[in-house]
Amino acid sequence: MNAVAKLLPSSAPKPSAFVVRFALMAVALLLIAPMVLSDFRLSLLAKFLCFAILAIGIGLAWGQGGMLVLGQGLFFGLGGYCMGMHMKIVDAGPGQLPDILTFSGQHESLPLLWVPFSSAWFAIPMAILLPMAIAALLGAAIFRQRIRGAYFAILSQALAGAFVIVLVGNQALTGGTNGLTNFQTFFGLSVTSPSDQRILYFVVAVVLLVVFLATRELALGRYGRLLLAVRDDEDRVRFLGYDPTRVKLVAYVVAAGLAGLAGALFVPVVGIISPAMLGIVPSVEMVIWVALGGRTALAWAAAGAVIVNTAKTNISEQFPSTWLYMQGLLFVVVILFLPKGIAGAVENLRALAARRQPPPAISRLTRRRPRAPAAAEESV
Amino acid sequence: MNRPIRGQRRAGRRALALALAALAVVAVGCGSDSDESSSSATSASGDTIPVGILHSLSGTMAISEVSVRDSALLAIDEINAAGGVLGKQLEPVVEDGASDWPTFAEKAQKLISTDKVAATFGGWTSASRKAMLPVFERNKALLYYPVQYEGLESSPYIFYTGATTNQQIIPGLEFLKEELEAKTLFLVGSDYVFPRTANKVIKAWAKVNDVEIVGEEYAPLGNTEYATTINKIKQAKPDAVFQTINGDSNVAFWKQFKDAGLDSETLPVISVSTSEDEVKGVGIENIVGQYVAWNYYQTTEGSKNEAFVKAYKEKYGQDRVTGDPIEAGYVSVHLWALAVEKAGTTDVEKVKEASKGLEFDAPEGKVTIDGENQHIYKTARIGQLQPDGLIKEVSGSDEPIKPDPFLKTYDWATGL
Repeated sequence: MNAVAKLLPSSAPKPSAFVVRFALMAVALLLIAPMVLSDFRLSLLAKFLCFAILAIGIGLAWGQGGMLVLGQGLFFGLGGYCMGMHMKIVDAGPGQLPDILTFSGQHESLPLLWVPFSSAWFAIPMAILLPMAIAALLGAAIFRQRIRGAYFAILSQALAGAFVIVLVGNQALTGGTNGLTNFQTFFGLSVTSPSDQRILYFVVAVVLLVVFLATRELALGRYGRLLLAVRDDEDRVRFLGYDPTRVKLVAYVVAAGLAGLAGALFVPVVGIISPAMLGIVPSVEMVIWVALGGRTALAWAAAGAVIVNTAKTNISEQFPSTWLYMQGLLFVVVILFLPKGIAGAVENLRALAARRQPPPAISRLTRRRPRAPAAAEESV
Repeated sequence: MNRPIRGQRRAGRRALALALAALAVVAVGCGSDSDESSSSATSASGDTIPVGILHSLSGTMAISEVSVRDSALLAIDEINAAGGVLGKQLEPVVEDGASDWPTFAEKAQKLISTDKVAATFGGWTSASRKAMLPVFERNKALLYYPVQYEGLESSPYIFYTGATTNQQIIPGLEFLKEELEAKTLFLVGSDYVFPRTANKVIKAWAKVNDVEIVGEEYAPLGNTEYATTINKIKQAKPDAVFQTINGDSNVAFWKQFKDAGLDSETLPVISVSTSEDEVKGVGIENIVGQYVAWNYYQTTEGSKNEAFVKAYKEKYGQDRVTGDPIEAGYVSVHLWALAVEKAGTTDVEKVKEASKGLEFDAPEGKVTIDGENQHIYKTARIGQLQPDGLIKEVSGSDEPIKPDPFLKTYDWATGL
């Protein structure tokens, strides 16, 4: 507990409640889940936790920053392909061509694009830095032009779409629609062995917890306040002397880096990366996870990814031919009745419970008044 | 934060309780299946033997794959009615691959480790097969893949019951060259692995056969605008078109092809992925007279096929049609059941051993499993679309062709 407390930002409000919640979450992820879940279910959970990492990024950029990032598949894919290429080269062994390249039959030796990915020291940083660099370039251009709202959303979505076309069109280099599959090892771990898959689960879970803490600190600090302000009124922030471009850029770049990280972890966990996972539809799905969980709270954004995907898996197992209708219905119901996602529902329940047991009038007053700032703070 | 401490604590506690409740729901949902160890699917200890069926029941591929699920279920019904396998009834476990390749991998693993299926029948696109391959290899479990594909693969844990290139594409090309006397070809395909690889094979073949490829065009899966492509075809004036368009796009292609004033008389097209099922969606008036290359048609002669078509229509409706992958899905289940009977167990390695050289009187004629590459011998059949929407065989191989997924027996194919 003490160790966790040290990790906490000093500025965090209500540290005690948060520490308890975070510790419980950590216990659930690192102790309970591995104990109660079978190998197969645990590796599924690992996949969902990868999505949760990505969702935290969306929570920051969209929930806190108001940028509807509809093209996160692009960054997820970049991270995934960086890792995938490295793993394929390692699997093939020194001097050998990965099967994906011999299959296309056009390469005598490792193509230039693949060469640097032989080194883990290049591939792994690239999985995170490449998405960040691309997001920085794009973001700088987009935000400086003051492109926002629907235009930004459409632009980011088009990029994900274009990326898929590039991947499919260069089948000899990328494996085309099949993508990269059939991985054997991940840094000495055998991705096909259940016990090593368990280790991978712990890696993903720890990364998720660290990412959550770090992003939360970013969102709670001075920068986070500024980001909220930009979301709520960009022009006013500009008049106050801040540069909204830079503020938005940071959130966008962090979100891209997290998506890349998620993609890089996804590949050893799931054992496949292909264009079908990065296009427009999957990118929209990523935003849906966050919308359902609750976009204004990082923890709920992450929970949304896990809950939606768990529900998807379980409903589709129970009702293989009708599950899509049920999932669609569920989305409609949530959006109609819980516009703030599950987080909003929890808030409503809490408010309901509070009304049922009316506290003394005086405290009620004090509680009502700072409502708006309180909600913003609580949300992170 | 000036909130009273009591309320704050209570709120915190409540949030905690809710979070825990949510977690519990998730955990219960996740852990709903009891003890599972990811061993090979050898257990058939109960009164029934579970078998997996894994096709896309939603998404763009559902239009094609649902029928294959149906034919596999029909085969299971037949086997159960005849007393089952090893005296046990088969129990199908159906999963939806959702036209999404990681989902195929996930559901394959679920069938193997949770349902402990003795074998799985499923997949359509190459991408779905490539996603499932490592799962079956790692678990040493069996997959029967029922669709014609681009070859260049031979997994020890997959049985390929659809055609490979030398049983479908090469006979199709030979038909164009010898019987339609085509000297120039135009290649049109959907943009994914099968068409691109198939066209690579076609180009290598064309080089040594004095056939010129005058154009090559791809459009994404689901594309509905073919006017530009068709204009390019008209300008290139090929003798014939080799078409590898898949799924819904076929409707758009054939309609626009006809609207452009082209038909089988002016420009013959041979397709390797339009079967009876797709023709229903395309509309026979748009496609009548054109050619397809497969190994089976609903009209294929023989009492076995008559019985199969009758049973299929009886179970699923008189308006349904059978077709090549539908038949291959049906054959897959029977081949597995025969091998299990022969082996006397559902043990994967023993079933594989028993499958070597196994013969079955299928609706398409006699099929034999090649022990070496686990593909099956199939008769090539070139068909022509008839006004009634069915396909009439107009040419084909005299006997089943030995599968050669790596085209080792063709000199021109070295280095592909």
